[in-house]
Amino acid sequence: MLTVLKAGMMTSVQDGGRMGWQRFGVPVCGAMDPEALAIANILCGNDEAEAALELTGAGCAVRFESPNIFALSGADFSPRLNGVPVETGRAVLAKKGDILETGFAKMGFRGILAVAGGFDLPPVMGSRSTDLKGRFGGFEGRLLRDGDVLPFRDAQLWLPNLPDRRADLLRGSADAPLRVVLGPQDDSFSPHGIKTFLSGTYTVTSKSDRMGYRLEGPKIEYAKDKDGNIISDGIVMGAVQVPSGQPIVMMADRQTTGGYAKIAVVITPDLGRIAQMAAGHPLRFTAVTQEEAEELTRAWKKDLRRLRAALDEETVLW
Amino acid sequence: MARFLACGDSALTVELGQGISPEINARVTALSALISEARLPGVRELVPAYCSLTVQYDPEQTSHTQLTAALTELCGHLDGPAAAAGALVELPVLYGGFCGPDLGFVAQNAGLSPDEVIGIHSKTDYLIYMLGFTPGFPYLGGMDGRIAAPRLQTPRVRIPAGSVGIAGEQTGVYPIASPGGWQIIGRTPLRLFDPQREQPFLLSAGQKVRFVPIDEAEYRRLGGSDEPC
Repeated sequence: MLTVLKAGMMTSVQDGGRMGWQRFGVPVCGAMDPEALAIANILCGNDEAEAALELTGAGCAVRFESPNIFALSGADFSPRLNGVPVETGRAVLAKKGDILETGFAKMGFRGILAVAGGFDLPPVMGSRSTDLKGRFGGFEGRLLRDGDVLPFRDAQLWLPNLPDRRADLLRGSADAPLRVVLGPQDDSFSPHGIKTFLSGTYTVTSKSDRMGYRLEGPKIEYAKDKDGNIISDGIVMGAVQVPSGQPIVMMADRQTTGGYAKIAVVITPDLGRIAQMAAGHPLRFTAVTQEEAEELTRAWKKDLRRLRAALDEETVLW
Repeated sequence: MARFLACGDSALTVELGQGISPEINARVTALSALISEARLPGVRELVPAYCSLTVQYDPEQTSHTQLTAALTELCGHLDGPAAAAGALVELPVLYGGFCGPDLGFVAQNAGLSPDEVIGIHSKTDYLIYMLGFTPGFPYLGGMDGRIAAPRLQTPRVRIPAGSVGIAGEQTGVYPIASPGGWQIIGRTPLRLFDPQREQPFLLSAGQKVRFVPIDEAEYRRLGGSDEPC
């Protein structure tokens, strides 16, 4: 188990999301940066969607009360184990009593701290994600606090290639435009509005959270006879709603349905890049076709599997 | 008839009409059932709404193109015999008093007595168009316009779970305690949402709800709370 010595700004337990209950209005929640969650878990030999700690902005400090392998991915929080810097994107064995401390996020905003075998917390409706608004799941349905104790489920002392079990994020340049598929309601916008959306530079505002990223930038024009309202329908992660001409990218804690027209949806491999943006970060969008987006997502999932296979391949000692 | 709208790389929305009507919503419920029965490969989750169904899928197991073909085929079977009416769920409600502090206002606003408001509110079978907003919140249709009432000017900070309210031409039930501006006319002692229960939800889209007036003794017997509104 580990003890939370310093909970940090906003640390919660998140996994791949609470799937299967959206028809009842239950938000999916889960990690904001699915790629960082997958990589931290792969480094720990876990299922990609295993529950881990999501760190935000400023880091935290935890003490390992029993040994286990851990890995950090996502933003660089300048982690230190007993005061000695350790790498982000690398599996490390912590001994009993070791203290892992993280600082302020650099090169990003959110990080994942995974442990081998995951945490022994009761799944609620099939998931260990914390639903902060509904106050259930994760650790008592809330953000972590100083003094919380999280038991390990199946701690490990060894994994293949442990001395050099590393993995960087798969995504490339942080400055590349976010790739989107237009729709489901791109017909609610004028051709000029779509052009504005795809050519303008938007800025992340401070009114951004786990529910959605509110952006500010060139105003997006609606189609003639449309006002940006629709009869409520389902909202997926990465959907870009446009109330009052300004985009909101809907994220992990989004509500399941909503009544604003959605101009586009960010492709799955790019979702984590949004999660890494703090207020003030500029961003742009570029359109890919639906077929291209599916192909990019398939390739991304394949790359994650390939990464796991490479890490798990035993080095044969002669 | 059906329109297929792209929702990124792992979902599509099937629009089965434009508008809020029991007929269109019945098609949504029917398509949802047909997809579940057909066990289409790669379909992960269905999100029914007023007049559309969002289908989430795994692009490694299927694709927008393949799903559109399969769903077009299923949509051809929606107009057979009228879909069986959804199950009726009865919700016992203690109207007025500490459970429904706005019953008097709603009655006054409608030019009716409180008992007449209760009579009108509890005689309709309301269609659950969809669940959303919060876990288990039912968007109900069919309220009698005579008991419509404006929202509160200042929303309450905390409305207890189970509270039954009216806002404009709509009525609804709060599954979890939350802030809100609806006129609260009563409360059900039943828990619409309990994440620890094997079946966490009492209601689902496509069903109908009938409110059944109960007295305070019955409310307490059913485990209703004392929490004031």
